[in-house]
Amino acid sequence: MPDGTPTGPEEDRIEAAVRAVLMSMAGDLTAKEAALLAEFEALGRTIARAKAEIAQLAVDDITGAHIPSATDELDAIVGHTAQATNEILDCCETLERLEAEVPAAAAATLQGAVTRIYEACSFQDITGQRIGKVVAALKAIESRVAAAVASASGRAASAEPEARPRTEGEELANGPQLPASASSQAEIDRLLASFD
Amino acid sequence: MDRNINVLIVDDYRTMLRIIRNLLKQLDFNNVDEATDGQEALAKLRAGNFGLVISDWNMAPMTGLDLLKEVRADARLKQIPFIMITAESKTENVIAAKQAGVSNYIVKPFNAETLREKIEKVMVHA
Repeated sequence: MPDGTPTGPEEDRIEAAVRAVLMSMAGDLTAKEAALLAEFEALGRTIARAKAEIAQLAVDDITGAHIPSATDELDAIVGHTAQATNEILDCCETLERLEAEVPAAAAATLQGAVTRIYEACSFQDITGQRIGKVVAALKAIESRVAAAVASASGRAASAEPEARPRTEGEELANGPQLPASASSQAEIDRLLASFD
Repeated sequence: MDRNINVLIVDDYRTMLRIIRNLLKQLDFNNVDEATDGQEALAKLRAGNFGLVISDWNMAPMTGLDLLKEVRADARLKQIPFIMITAESKTENVIAAKQAGVSNYIVKPFNAETLREKIEKVMVHA
């Protein structure tokens, strides 16, 4: 290569192909055609360089360390919130047992407060499902990166196991929607009533 | 409304099972059993005598919708009131559940009053 760019088998092939085309057109080449062929050659070199760079990505770091570490951290968040939620529920159950020992008005107030804590504790389910969606997204990125690198380096990507057909329940299981796009209970009630 | 019926609650989050169980206890439903996915729930339903199912949707290996379809296809179970209680709040989810025969549908996060109201509604029609 005249510009000193490092060469590889891919670039050698491209250069040979371009040279063959140029030789076959020797004597017949107009200035425009020569410029066009030079552009093709430059384009070929750029593609070959990009493929080489992709092949040299530290994909093992991504698939072996970064993504597993990120998913472990997220799993730990789910574990810690579950543990904290269970502690809170233990306390609620203790308070409920006390209801029998206090005057009726106080017992009613106590139960109202405990009920609100139960309702609030359902956050753990929602956050757990949201984190599950993030973990799935990370795993999809991991798989796509590995496939892109395998393709660029000429290696065969590891075959995906054949997936069984998904049920309707699985197809429609998307986890919690973002607040702006989620339907409210009132909207769902209206939708259900429309079937009656 | 008979509060002595056996209620099966199905959810893959144990904290959610505990929350629903405690809310049911406040409503005087004390005969409550649990399952963590549709497959386990179906086995318990076939082995037991339940008067109400309260199920999440998003579980593996069997989702709540697939459990609902199995229940409605089973001659012995098909009359059991079935409440879906889930974070799946898209219109297509509600329509699919209704077409599969859901008795009522509660979206998470929910409050105790909504749970009470929906249970009373489905038990009246049971």
